[in-house]
Amino acid sequence: MSYETFSQINWSIMTPEFIILGVIAILILMDLFMPKTLDRKILGWIGITATFAAMVYTAAMAGGPVQSILHDTFRIDSFAIAFKLLILVGGALVLFLAVSYEPKDGVERYQAEFYYLLLTAMLGGMLMTSSGDLVTLYIGLELLSITSYILAGIRKFHPQSNESAMKYVINGSISSAIVLFGMSYVYGLTGTTNLLNIANELAALANSNHVYLLTIAFLMIVIGLAFKISAVPFHMWAPDVYQGAPTPVTAFLSVVSKIAGFVIVIRILLTVFGFAATKGPGSPPILYDMQNYLAVIAGATMIVGNVVAIKQTDIKRMFAYSSIAHAGYLIVAFTSLTTNMFQAIWFYLLAYLLMNLGAFAVIQVITEKAGSTKIAEFAGLYRRAPVLAVSMGILLISLAGFPGTAGFIGKLNIFLGTFYAEPSHYVLASIMIATTVVSYFYYFRVMTQMFFRPAADESKFSIPFGILVVLIVAVAGSVLFGIMPNFAFDFLQNNLDILGDFFK
Amino acid sequence: MNLQSILSILVFSPLLGIIVLALLPKTQEKAVKAIGILATLPALILSLAVYAHFLAGKNLSDFSISVPWIKFRGINAQEPFFTVSYELAVSGFQLVLVVLTAIVSTLAAIGAAKFIKKEWKGYYMLFLLLLTGMLGVFTAENLILFFIFFEITLIPTFFLIGKWGYFEKEKAAYSFLLYNGLGSAVLLIVIMILFAKTGTSNIEILRQMMADPSGPLKDGFKLGLFIALLIAFGVKLPIFPLHTWMLRVHVQAPPSVVMIHSGILLKIGAYGLIRFGMGIFPKQFESLATLIAILGVINLLYGAFLAFIQTDFKMVLAYSSISHMGIVLIGLAAMNEAGIQGAIFQVVSHGLISALLFFLVGVIYERTETSFIDKLGGLAKGMPLAAGFLLAAAMASLGLPGMSGFVSEFMAFLGLFKVEPWIAAVGTIGIIMTAAYLLRAVLGMTYGKARREFDGGLDLKGAELVPVFVLMLLIVLIGVYPSVLSSPLQATLETILLGLGG
Repeated sequence: MSYETFSQINWSIMTPEFIILGVIAILILMDLFMPKTLDRKILGWIGITATFAAMVYTAAMAGGPVQSILHDTFRIDSFAIAFKLLILVGGALVLFLAVSYEPKDGVERYQAEFYYLLLTAMLGGMLMTSSGDLVTLYIGLELLSITSYILAGIRKFHPQSNESAMKYVINGSISSAIVLFGMSYVYGLTGTTNLLNIANELAALANSNHVYLLTIAFLMIVIGLAFKISAVPFHMWAPDVYQGAPTPVTAFLSVVSKIAGFVIVIRILLTVFGFAATKGPGSPPILYDMQNYLAVIAGATMIVGNVVAIKQTDIKRMFAYSSIAHAGYLIVAFTSLTTNMFQAIWFYLLAYLLMNLGAFAVIQVITEKAGSTKIAEFAGLYRRAPVLAVSMGILLISLAGFPGTAGFIGKLNIFLGTFYAEPSHYVLASIMIATTVVSYFYYFRVMTQMFFRPAADESKFSIPFGILVVLIVAVAGSVLFGIMPNFAFDFLQNNLDILGDFFK
Repeated sequence: MNLQSILSILVFSPLLGIIVLALLPKTQEKAVKAIGILATLPALILSLAVYAHFLAGKNLSDFSISVPWIKFRGINAQEPFFTVSYELAVSGFQLVLVVLTAIVSTLAAIGAAKFIKKEWKGYYMLFLLLLTGMLGVFTAENLILFFIFFEITLIPTFFLIGKWGYFEKEKAAYSFLLYNGLGSAVLLIVIMILFAKTGTSNIEILRQMMADPSGPLKDGFKLGLFIALLIAFGVKLPIFPLHTWMLRVHVQAPPSVVMIHSGILLKIGAYGLIRFGMGIFPKQFESLATLIAILGVINLLYGAFLAFIQTDFKMVLAYSSISHMGIVLIGLAAMNEAGIQGAIFQVVSHGLISALLFFLVGVIYERTETSFIDKLGGLAKGMPLAAGFLLAAAMASLGLPGMSGFVSEFMAFLGLFKVEPWIAAVGTIGIIMTAAYLLRAVLGMTYGKARREFDGGLDLKGAELVPVFVLMLLIVLIGVYPSVLSSPLQATLETILLGLGG
C-alpha cells in the first residue's frame, strides 16, 4: 500500500479506538519507566480520562452518515455508535471500581497491567461494535477474551482466582473455536467474509442442500456465542469465573463483556442469517425458522439463572446467576425480532449496566472489608452504612424490575415487543414474568440481610471516591431512566437510526 | 389554583414528608412522629376538598390531567409511538376510595405513633411511600400507571411487615411479596397484551374498544384475559384458595400496617375487579357471573366457619375479612344496580370497620400482650371504653341495622336474590355464622371472668380516641345516611350498568 492510499483512508472514524490504543501504549511505557515505589493509581485515572475522551468523540459522531474503511471491515453506523457508547460508559465505570480496588494477592505487582488490560479488553469490545467483517469481529472477540482470561487470574496468589482463569481459558477457547468453525461454513458457502456480501450471497441461495449447511453454521455460531453471553446450557463457567475474579473484573465480565457478546450476536445472526432465504427467493429467512431454538435457549436461561440463584450463599455467585438470568431476558428481546428490538436491547443493556455496576460497587466495598464473599456479610448494613444499604436497595429493586426504576421500563419494552410480534410469544413472555417473580426471592434475601438482620460487627465503612462516583451514577441513572425513560429513547430515536443504517 | 394539578399534589404530597423526614435526625422521636402524621394531612384535606367540589354539584372531570409521558418507539412504521400518558382522574367511585384511603391512612399514622416501638423514621418514610402508591392506584387513568402505583405499594409493605411485625414477620413478608408478586405478574401480562394489541392503555378508550364487536381482540381471547384478571385481583382480594398469605400478614404485621392492609390494600383487588374486570370486559364477566357468585359464597362460608374456631382474635378478624370479601363478590356477581352498589358499599364499609377492629386489637395487645381470646376475658371491667367500642365495631361488622355493614350486606344479597336465588340462599348461612363467630369472640374477650388484674389507666386515652371516634362516626354515618356514599357512586354505576347492557 502506497502512502497516498494509506493517507486517503478516513482514519478519523477510528479515533475512539486510537485514543484507547494510544493510552494503552502510554500506560505501558509509563509503567516501565516509573520508579517501583510510585503508586500506580495515577495510571488508572489516565485510563479513565482517555475513556471519557473516547466517549465524547463517539457521541459526537452520532447522527452522521454510515462510513466504512479498510475494505468495509471497519464501519461506523448507528448500531456501532449506540453500543460503543454503552461499552465506553461501562468501561469507564469499571475503571472507577478498579482504581478503588485495594490490590492484594499478587495484584499489587501487576497494578498497571490491571488497568491497561481492562482498557485492552474494552478496545476489543469497541472493535466488535464497528466490525463489518467476520474476521474483524473475531479479532475483536479474541482481543476481549484473551485479556479477560488474564484479568480473571490476576490475583496470582489466590487459588480461586487461578481456578477461575483456568476454567475461563478452557471454556472460552473452546467456544471461540466453535464460533470459528461455524464461520468457516458461512465462508465456504459464500466465498466472502464481508457481512453484507454474505447477506447478499445467501439471499440468492439457490441450492436447497446448502440450507442444511447453513443450519449447521447457524447452530455452531449460536452455541459458541451462547458461551460468551453465558446462556444456558453453556453457562457453567460463569459462576466459578465470577467468584474467583477480582470484583472489578467480575463487574467487567458481567457488564462490558456481555454487551460485547450481544453486539456480536446481533451483528452475525441478523446480517448473515437475517436474509438467507431457505425455500427459494422471497421465503422467510432462516433466522425466523430458527426462532424456536432461540426461544428455548432464552426460556432455559431465564429459568436456570433465576432458580439456581436462589440457592447461592455467595454474593458473587448469586450475581453470576442473576446475570445469566438477565442474559435470558435480553435473548427474549432478540427472539421477538420486532423492529423495536434494537431499542429494547439497547435500553435494557443500559439499565443493566447501571444497576449491575452499582451493585458491584457495593459488593466490592463489603467483600473487601469483610474478606469474604458470603451474602451473610451484608447483615446489618443499614445500621453500619445507611447510604450503601439504601443505594443497594434501589439497585436491587431495579434488578428485580420494580416500577420507578430503569429495570422496569426495560422489561416493559421487551414485553411490548414479544406481545406485538406476530405470532406473539406468549409462553416466552410468561416465563420471563414468572421468573422475574422468582428473582424476588434472592434479591430480597440480600435486602433482608441488609435491613432486618443485626450486624455481626458494627464498624463503619470508608467509601473510596471511585466507588462513590459509580454509586451516584448508577443510582441516579436507574431512577432517572425509570421515571423519565424518554431521555434515552429520544437520544436513540433522534440521533441514531439503527435499523436504517444496519444493512447499508 | 389550577384544578388539574390538584390530583398530582394529592398523590405526591406524602413524598414531601419523606424528604423532610430524611433530613431529620432519627433520635428526634417526637418530631419524627409529628411529621409522619402531618404529612398524611395534605392528602386528606385535598381529598375532602375534591369531595366538597363534588357536593357543590361541579364536575369531577375538572380534575382530570393527561400529559404524554413515556414513548415506546419504533415498534412499527405506521404507528411510531406507543405512548403511555401520565393520566390522573377521579370518578365518584374513585373519589370515595381516595377519601377512604386518606382517612384510614391518617388514622393509621396516629396509631403507628402508639404501636411502633422502634425506628420511627424508617417506618414513617415507608408508610408515606405506601400512601402515595395507594392514592396513585385509585386515581390512575391508564393501566400501566395503575400497575406502577400498584407495585409501588408492594415494596414498602414488604419492609413494614418484615421489620416491624411480630414473631414470624419475615415469613409473612415473603409470603406477601411472592403471592402479590405472582398476582401482579399475571396482571402485567394482561396489561401488556392489551397495550401491545390495541396501542393504548387508557382505561376509558379500552372500555370502548372492547365493547366494539369489530375490535382487535377475539371473544375467546378476551375471556382468557378476563380470567387472568380475576386471578390477579383474586390474590389481592383474596379469593379462596389464594388467601393463605393474607392470614399471615394479618397476624404478623404491626396493627397500624394491618389497618392499612385490611382497610385499603385488599380493596385494590375489589377496585380492580370492578373497574377493569367489569368495566373493560363486561360480557366476559357476565358469562362467568355464576362462577363468581359461587366463589363469593365459598369465601363467605369458608371464612365464617374458620373464623368460628380460631383462638386468636387476629385470626378471627383475618378469616372475617375473607368472609366479607365474599360479599363483595356476591354483590358483583348479581350484575344489577343493587348488587354492585352493595359490593362497593361493602368495600368502603369493611375498610372502615376492619381498620377500627385492628386498631382496637392493637391497643388491647399493647396493654395485655396477647390477642388470644381465652387469655383475655373480662376486658369490660378493666378497659370499658375499648370493650364498648370493640362490641360496637363487631356489631357493625355482623351487619346490625343502622351501621354501614347492614346497608352493604342487605344490598348485595338483594341483588343476588333477584338473579341467583339458590346461591344467595346458601350464602345467607354465612350471615348467621358471622353473627355467631363475632359474638363468640368479642363476648369471650369483653365479658366473663377476668384472666388478669386490670389496674387503672389501661383504657383508651388521649390520641387513641381520635381514630376510634372518627371511624365509628363514619360507620354510623354510612349506616344512617347512605347517600353520602351512593350519590358519588351514581355516575359510576350507570356507566358500569350501561356496559353490562342492563
